[in-house]
Amino acid sequence: MRRGTHTRLYSQAGAGILRARVNPHVAAWARRTRPRRPAGRGLRARRHLAAEHDGPLRCGPVPGLLDKRLVFVTGKGGVGKSTVAAVLGMLAARRGLRTVVAELSGQERIQRLFEHGGEHFHEVEVAPDLFTISVDPDHAMDEYLRVKVGAVGHMLGSSRLFHAFTMATPGMRELLSLGKVWELSQPQRRTEGATPYDLVICDAPATGHGVGLLKTPRTFAEIARVGPIAHQGRQIANTIANRKFTGVVAVATPEEMPVNETLSLHESLAEDGLALDLVVLNALYPMRFDDREVDQLATALRRARSPLSRSALGAALSEHARAQTQREQQGRLRAALDGRLVALPFLFADHLGPEQVEDLADALEPQL
Amino acid sequence: MLDGKRICVCAGSGGVGKTTTSAAIALGMAAKGAKVAVVTIDPAKRLANALGLEELHNDPRRVEPERLAAGGLKVDGELWAMMLDPKRTFDELIERAAPTPERAEEIKANRVYSELSTAVSGSQEFTAVAKLYDLDQEHEFDLLVLDTPPSRNALDFLDAPQRLNSFLEGRALQALMRPTGVGMRVLGRGASPLLAGLRRLTGVDLVTDLATFFGLLGDMTADFTARAQQVERLLRAPTTAFLLVSSAEREPIDEAIWFHRTLARTGLPFAGVVVNRVHHDLLLGSEPADVGTALRRTALSPDLAARVADNFRDYHLLARRDDHNVARLEKALGRHPLLMVPQLDDDVHDLEGLLKMHRYLFATDAERERLIAQLVA
Repeated sequence: MRRGTHTRLYSQAGAGILRARVNPHVAAWARRTRPRRPAGRGLRARRHLAAEHDGPLRCGPVPGLLDKRLVFVTGKGGVGKSTVAAVLGMLAARRGLRTVVAELSGQERIQRLFEHGGEHFHEVEVAPDLFTISVDPDHAMDEYLRVKVGAVGHMLGSSRLFHAFTMATPGMRELLSLGKVWELSQPQRRTEGATPYDLVICDAPATGHGVGLLKTPRTFAEIARVGPIAHQGRQIANTIANRKFTGVVAVATPEEMPVNETLSLHESLAEDGLALDLVVLNALYPMRFDDREVDQLATALRRARSPLSRSALGAALSEHARAQTQREQQGRLRAALDGRLVALPFLFADHLGPEQVEDLADALEPQL
Repeated sequence: MLDGKRICVCAGSGGVGKTTTSAAIALGMAAKGAKVAVVTIDPAKRLANALGLEELHNDPRRVEPERLAAGGLKVDGELWAMMLDPKRTFDELIERAAPTPERAEEIKANRVYSELSTAVSGSQEFTAVAKLYDLDQEHEFDLLVLDTPPSRNALDFLDAPQRLNSFLEGRALQALMRPTGVGMRVLGRGASPLLAGLRRLTGVDLVTDLATFFGLLGDMTADFTARAQQVERLLRAPTTAFLLVSSAEREPIDEAIWFHRTLARTGLPFAGVVVNRVHHDLLLGSEPADVGTALRRTALSPDLAARVADNFRDYHLLARRDDHNVARLEKALGRHPLLMVPQLDDDVHDLEGLLKMHRYLFATDAERERLIAQLVA
């Protein structure tokens, strides 16, 4: 069986089990039998975008999230950024887009999520059309130097002094990592023999650093002003500012702090002419009981004699209290975000693996 | 765990309740009679309000005892709290180290500096440690509790200040960059292919800006080097305790195990782990399936009873997961203590939540057992 019986999915309202709506076997079958697009086919249609990012484009209709070329997923630590990045990647891959999820934290979480392991700094296919890479600034720099500066690059790359310079220069690590992400998103990749991607999803560092990350290229362009770094900085900054090309997704759990951080990210991006394309409220508890039922449960708890019943009724009430608090946080986000909020259910599972990513992708699909 | 300690560094990956745990520990030690300051980075608004931290001061302020008394806790000592302002801390550092106020102003106006002190990841960690050191030097407090900056990886806290330090004190780099140094002369002529490459790659302005920056820093870098060594000594002192905060999920537990190993390897003083949001076993030795039978004796409709049973089964899936993960952590920790705080009913971000967490953290074994028994009933 593809899905373990231990994983249960609840819709946002908590009323229906999503699985009832989408027959997993049918869905899996549809995926298997759907003709796979040849790699990079989506590119031709979208190649015109690449020609446009000489200047920021902030007007005009914003295409759907998965129609973009580069999507940053950010949020406070521990809210499930990697999971959401993988789920978005899975959805894109299901639509036939050749997709890569690039991690910047150097932790290979996506690989582990798909029960792969051991590949550093190389692109690995973890599911059909879904790839992942863990980006490392040192590695990205060596690659950049090899391509850009040729023989001198080789020498610089191996020079300790130069390493010290780049690794210590404020923001340089971020710029180098972003440079690699940018490279992945280009229709003409500078890495020799590399196949282009239709979509790059970047699993960005925690929010505070995440916003900094998106601003880094612009700052660099300003500091360096001339030369290849300034050029690269400007190029990346323009790519990020181009909303047809680049999207930003924030992930939050329905708790006070992550919601605060999402709201402040929302404001801080607006100051830079950027915007959140989507907020994913992750791990939302199901609402299993209505108010009348909660009263009944409380009454039953007062009367119950058996310790096990008391235990179960107590757990029902306390889990309900949590679900209730979470709805308040969801309300805060909804009020501020006019329609760009989607939710993923909390998964009652021992840990998340490929099965759970599929389940979450099923849950997200109708919301996008 | 913290008796005889002067510094407690609370580390952990994001989203595990680090800030609240730091505050609860500070509160508990203050209740026991110590004068404690908690240094937090970005507390939740309600928690900040609860502690009276409406504004950034960059210096500890006393939490009025009345606030705590209103929550039902008698505090024999004093609780102080502050919210770290990284930019201001960095500026203060420069102002103190600069030979003249004019030099300090010049540095603060430098573009490389303004990047360094704000945008760069690592500046929060760097300034947090700097502030900790200053507070320790002032000898105002019996105990300082540091809530480390939010990050995905607990180890960032140890690496990041190091990176910034190596930038500030990178001697080779300074020699290269200082306008009077050999490097600049070489740069001017473009003689060395290495420097030519550097210049070609980074653009002249960046090199010039860096040169100006290091020129301005001048001999101050010696101060930074000395300071870095003192900070390092402070973090390694036997009166310092690293406390790891985790949740019971697989990833944070993996990270906790890794963090513990790294601390042991690098010889930093490790005190123990606090595991938050633990789902305790409420089954009392029964099977989840028995719940349905037990609930039949209540007045609930079969449908409602079934949902209560579903909820219980799901809850126990998490309880089993937590039990397994905590056991793994326990095994890795050896003799080091592990304190568990249960999953509390709501999001702990106010004084009430803080007091609740404090009760678990500072309970005796017998009290903790009683508290957990109350969860069951």
